[in-house]
Formats: sequence, C-alpha cells, structure tokens
Amino acid sequence: MDTMAAIKQTFFQECEEQLSELETGLLSIEDGDHDGETINAVFRAVHSIKGGAGAFNLGALVKFAHVFESAMDLVRTGRMSPGPDVLKVMLRAADVLADLVRAARADETLDPSRTDPIIEELKALTVAGSPPEPEEAATPFEFVPVMVDLGDFDDLGGFGDLGGPGELGAAGDLGGVGEPGDLGGSDAPAGLPSFRIRFKPRAELYAKGNETTILLRELDRLGTMTVACDTGEVPRLGEIDPEGAYLAWTIDLQTTQGEAAIREIFDFVEWDSTLAIEPFGTFDAVEPDADFSADNDPFQALAPSPVVFAKPETVVAPVPAVDIKAPDVSAALPGAPDEAAVERKATVATAQPTIRVDLDRVDRLIDLVGELVINQAMLAERVTEAGLARVSAVAIGLDELEQLTREIQDSVMAIRAQPVKSVFQRMPRLVREVAAQTGKNVRLVTEGEATEVDKTVIERLSDPLTHMIRNAIDHGLESPETRRQSGKPAEGLVRLSALHRSGRIVIEVADDGAGINRPRVKSIAVDKGLIAPDAKLTDDEIDNLIFLPGFSTAAVVSDISGRGVGMDVVKRSIQALGGRISISSKPGLGSTFTLSLPLTLAVLDGMVVTVAGQTLVIPLTAIVETLLPKATTVHGFGEGSRVIGVRNGFIPLIDVGQVLQYRADATDPKNGIALLVETEGGTRSALLVDAIQGQRQVVIKSLEANYGHVEGIAAATILGDGRVALILDVDAVVVSSRLENFDTSLALAG
Amino acid sequence: MSKTILTVDDSRTMRDMLKLALTSAGYSVLQAEDGVHGLEVLQGSDPDVIITDINMPRMDGFGFIAGVREAGRHRAVPILVLTTESDMEKKARARSAGATGWIVKPFDPVKLVDAVRRVAA
Repeated sequence: MDTMAAIKQTFFQECEEQLSELETGLLSIEDGDHDGETINAVFRAVHSIKGGAGAFNLGALVKFAHVFESAMDLVRTGRMSPGPDVLKVMLRAADVLADLVRAARADETLDPSRTDPIIEELKALTVAGSPPEPEEAATPFEFVPVMVDLGDFDDLGGFGDLGGPGELGAAGDLGGVGEPGDLGGSDAPAGLPSFRIRFKPRAELYAKGNETTILLRELDRLGTMTVACDTGEVPRLGEIDPEGAYLAWTIDLQTTQGEAAIREIFDFVEWDSTLAIEPFGTFDAVEPDADFSADNDPFQALAPSPVVFAKPETVVAPVPAVDIKAPDVSAALPGAPDEAAVERKATVATAQPTIRVDLDRVDRLIDLVGELVINQAMLAERVTEAGLARVSAVAIGLDELEQLTREIQDSVMAIRAQPVKSVFQRMPRLVREVAAQTGKNVRLVTEGEATEVDKTVIERLSDPLTHMIRNAIDHGLESPETRRQSGKPAEGLVRLSALHRSGRIVIEVADDGAGINRPRVKSIAVDKGLIAPDAKLTDDEIDNLIFLPGFSTAAVVSDISGRGVGMDVVKRSIQALGGRISISSKPGLGSTFTLSLPLTLAVLDGMVVTVAGQTLVIPLTAIVETLLPKATTVHGFGEGSRVIGVRNGFIPLIDVGQVLQYRADATDPKNGIALLVETEGGTRSALLVDAIQGQRQVVIKSLEANYGHVEGIAAATILGDGRVALILDVDAVVVSSRLENFDTSLALAG
Repeated sequence: MSKTILTVDDSRTMRDMLKLALTSAGYSVLQAEDGVHGLEVLQGSDPDVIITDINMPRMDGFGFIAGVREAGRHRAVPILVLTTESDMEKKARARSAGATGWIVKPFDPVKLVDAVRRVAA
C-alpha cells in the first residue's frame, strides 16, 4: 500500500524532528529552563513518537517510548523535579530512542542490551517519583488496533452473526421463551433477540454535538426497529428553551448484533442521558396498546410506536426543542465577548504557515532558473552583438530582466536554504558520547544555529563537523586533572558557532584546551617524512601540517578520532564543497578551526579570464585584488618559480597556464594580469592570467558527474555565448604549484 | 455532497493517516496543526465533523474544543477526540470540555470511519 509506506516515511521524518526537539528541550531544561511549554514540548515529542509507532506496530519503539513518556509525565505534572540526575537519564534515553527510531526505519531490531538498562533507570525514576503506573499500559497489547466487526447489516436472517458469546446465550433463552405464533403481522423472522431501549437525552448531549436522530439511524443499521417518541414533557411553545431537551424515546430493536453493539452506539452519550437497554423477548412490531405516557408502568406504557421506520431519517421529526444547530440562536447569544475571544486567539496565531515540497521539485526549479540565467546572458550578448545602444528600449528591458532573473534566483536559493541547526543539533549527543568515552568533562556551546545555508551544504557538513568536534574533545581538551593543574575549570568548553560573512558561511569549532603541541606535531611530520628535518616552519605552517594526508597526532589511534580518518579528509570534504578550512591555535588556550563555505553550490560570482586562449572562471570570493605586473616587481625565485612584490612583501606568482599545462613555458608577466587570491589559512598568492573578460554570475555544472575529477578544476559552466568554461579550483592550483616548488626545494636540500 | 472533516493534530503522521482513512471513505478533509490553527481554519470553513488531538502546542485539544463550543456558528459541530485507551482521565476531561465522542489511538481506519459516521448528521 503505497500511501501507507509514504506515511511511514513521513512518520520517520517527523520522528527526526521530534527527536531533535526532544534533545533541544532536554538540554534547555538542563540549562535551567523549567518553563512549562518546554517540558510540554519534550513530553509531546515522546508522546507523538509513541503514537505513530503504535500505528505502525513498532512494538519495541512503543514500549520504550511509553516508559520514557511515563517518566516525562512525572516531570510535566510536577511530581518529579528535573534535576541533573534525572536529566542525565533522560538525555541518554533520548539517544536510545533515536537509535530505536533509526533501527525501526531500517527494519532492524536494536539489541535489548542497549535499551533495557535505560528502561530500568527510567522505571526507577518513575517508581521513585510516584506510585507505579498501571503496568499493563506498557505492554504492546494496548496498541493493537481493535477491529470492530459490524457484521453484514443486510444479513438479518442469519444467526451466525450473533454478537458475543454472552449474547448467544441470551438469544437462546429468548428464543425458547418467545412464542413464534405471536408474531402476528410482522415480517421479521421469528425468534430474533429483541431489545427495548429507553433513552432520554439531557440538554448536555445536544450541547456536545450529539444528535438523537443519528443514534436512531445507527440503531437502524443493527436490525429492524420501531421507534416511539415521548413528547409528554414538551412544554408550551412560549416556554420552550431552544436548547433544552424534552423528548424521550423508546426503541424496540430486533437485532443479531447483541447488546454490546447497541451499547457501543450509545458509547458517546451515556453520560449525558438516561439509558436503559433490556432484552425484550421476541420481536412484535405491531403492538396495538401503544401509550406514550411516561407516568405509566414503563414496560407496558412505553410501548413502541405502531410505525416501523424503514429509514430512521424519516424520524427526523421537526421538533424544535432538540435542534441547536440554528446559527441565529447561537449567534444571538453572548455575541461580543465571544468574538473578542476568537480574535484574541487569532492574533496569538502569528506563526508563519509552511508547506512541504519535494526536494526534487525545488532542484528542478533551481536547474530551470540556472538555464534562465544562462539564457538571459546569451540574450544580452546577442543584443550587444546586434549593436543596439545601451539606452535602447531592448537593452533597458534586458537590464530589468537581468535584475528579475537575479531576484528569482535568490528567491529559489532561499527555498533551499536551511538553518544549520539541523546539523548543530546532532552535536550535543556526540559530545556526550565522546566525553563519556574519554572521561573528560565537556560543555558544548552552540551559537548562530539559525544561520542559513544551502541544504546540500548542510547535508555534507555533518561528517566534517563530527570529526572536528571529536578531535576537539579527544586531542584538544585536556583531562580534568590536567586542566585543574593548569588552573582551568575542570569542565572543558567546545564552542560551535556559525555566522554569515561576505557571502559565505563561516563555522568555527573552538576549544579551550591545550592548543596544538607544535614541537610534537613537527617531530611527527619529520618522522613521517612529511617535511625535511631541518625545515624552518612558522607556527602557522606547523599548525597546518595536521591537514597533510597521513598525519595523525594520536600516539594511540583511539576509536574516537581514529578510524583512519584524519584532518586531511575533513579538509578535502570541505574543499569539495568549495570551502576552506583554517586553524589558529594558542598554546595553553586552545585551538579554533574555521570553516568558510559558499552559501550555495548552484551558482557563483566569478571573474571570467582568458588563459592561453581558454576561457576560465575564477570564483570571485577567492580574489582579493587585481594587479598589473611590472617588470620591476616580478622576481625569479629559485628554479622556475617567481614572486611578485605587492606593497611591502613578496608573494608567489603562479602562472595558471603553466599549472594547468596549457603551455609549457612561463608567460611574460608584463603581458598578463595578476589576480591576488587568498586561500584557506590566509596565505596569499598571485595568479597570472592573460586577460580579464569580465565579472559574471555563473551556474555551476558539475564536471565530475559526466566527466571525472580534474585537478585544478572545480566545475564547469556555460557562458552567455554558449561556450563551456571551466571554473578554476584556486586552492588546488595554489597547492599544486607549491608542491612543485616544494619538490624542487627538497631536491635542492637533498 | 461529501462531508467535510477537519482534523486537528500536531503530528504530520497522524494528519496523513487520518486523511488517508477519511478520504478513502469518501470524506473531504481539512487539516490544522494545533488548536489555534484549528480555530483559524474554522473561520473560513464549515466542517461536518471535527477530529482533534489533545496534546498539541500553542493550544491543546481541551482549549480548542472549548473555543469551538463557545463561539458562534460551529458550536454544534460534532467533535471527536483522539485519545489513548489508558487516558480515562483525558476522556472525561474532553467530555466535560464538550467533546462529542472519541477515537482510541492508534486507530483502525474502519473504527475511525465508524466513529465519524456515528456523529455525522
């Protein structure tokens, strides 16, 4: 059943949301927020997961959620105070709940050893907090949907459909007592069990939206019936309270369904009415001595009406006393204050409405807008080619189109943008786990969770961030004793923050640990042959060694930061996102890793340049300034490498044409333009290109999907004239040129 | 004309399941995410039956029922409450708040439609 499968997917999605709400809520309770709504939200999260899990028969999940919910309920009702011990258990329970949800999603079962200890702890809390809950509520039994067989309404003749075993007995008795010969005139089959139902609604019944006519209609579905209405209590017209209840009914029903089925019909109303259901021997539809007076002996007097209603809808006698559906009457009542109340409620509801859209549709839209941007650029080019003046109506219209296109693009991108919260939220659990494994006390502070970035970026942020936080705790923070000895609080601090800075998102992972142990890092790098033993490196350069492939500072590879994944992998995955990573570290004060990422992976502002006859696009974010090299500012520096003097310093000059092997020989800097670029870590280089064509927003088309990875090239794009241009991977170009030089200098040293 | 049911539940899963069960039974379905939203939806619609959850953010089911019952034109609309079997206390509270009937969660589609029919005029 496709729809059910889809709903199940929704359920799991929603579980993820509930789980994160749960964790956020628990954490803020831990921080001292004992606000009722926070606690309620936490309770609701568990409750919803339980509810949905019940619907999908996920027994283990239901069981755990139930125990959790019971404990949560104690907090909610103020019977247990959310102290640190309680919250510790609950946070771990939240983790287990998350695991259970994921296991259920993957159609797996979780090892009871993972859930049972927490269940016991939760139960211990529950027992300590209050008298025990009724245990049966915890069994999955409760959540098995109850099937009610309404039988086949038309099949009145069959005795096989008789309700419950109890009724079977009764039917037998009645059949024996009744005399078939007495059923004169009735076409009903002989011997069917009959019931006499006496029913007198109170006004509350109608006030709650119940309706006698509907009850009668339902009763009629059970069998054949006669209905008598006792109008004896109806007052004179002038005295009628339009919302009062004056009628009483006597229904004789012949049914195979049994008393339970009748009771079920009255299930909603029995509190608001007087109801008597009695077995009534066999059915006699026409009783001549009909008397509607309520004062007489009930059994004799409240005899059924001589009319057999085939369809009870016809019973809907227009008795004014019972109908409160007259809008005028109700509207005429307390009027003004009610409306004010509704208005008050309406103003509370200022939350923005949202819709859920398939990601594919958004992506398709983004693709289309991308095409639109390209098309618009082409059109602009054609207009220029046609020699139309800049002030011509066409050109002006085109300018407006360009602006609109850009706005559409921004808006579409905004649809994909999501707050980084979804990633940040996973980190507290990670911190708890790593802290427990390493025996360190860690507090995680997150900032800027609302900062938005493209969904794709968010999805791919999780792994690098996980690794960086692991690293910060495992390698960055000291043990509590060490911290105390150096005069720091025993609890280490890891700060995770996000903010927008000049069209990019900057994410920082900072710890207040010991900072990078530079002598050790350097000696490891030497041991592993990553640098020459006598290499003179600045502090920054040493810090950046940890990003080199194959570098791992852990003396023993722990299963936390270990796993064969180093910071080089983090760096590569960040770079794959068009991002940069840098580190700054102060001995004794801690380290800060800074990620800078593009807000979207779909478009970029680029500088279109010419190199050896090829058109390339260089991401504008990388470019700091452009320079016209003069013969006097460019100097040779060792074999094949050059530097350019920029103000008071020298920076490497990289010939893009040479690095990309468009040409073998270095070009004359005087004939080109140098673009000063900044790479991650803040190092600057100058890229030498032949000419600048202009600055343009380009739609990024992945090269890897259709072609393969090319060193130094990040992606491709289609320009306004329809030609394909490659987008330069600035960092890769700088690094590869540096490696060439590095090799050269090593060779010289050796 | 098919009857219209307003479902008020903060859980998307529940809303989807209600919608599936009700639309397969031929009802039209309106949805709201909590009590406040439910009252808003009511301002522009006239459902034949309302089905509401109890535990919801912003305004819970009790508040919502009270809101429907106190305000003008919808106060006679049958309201079914979604509740768990163990919640006798909640059932009683829902009843005193003005609920017409209840549906036990997790509900069986047959039982749900049955309950709706039992209150729908």
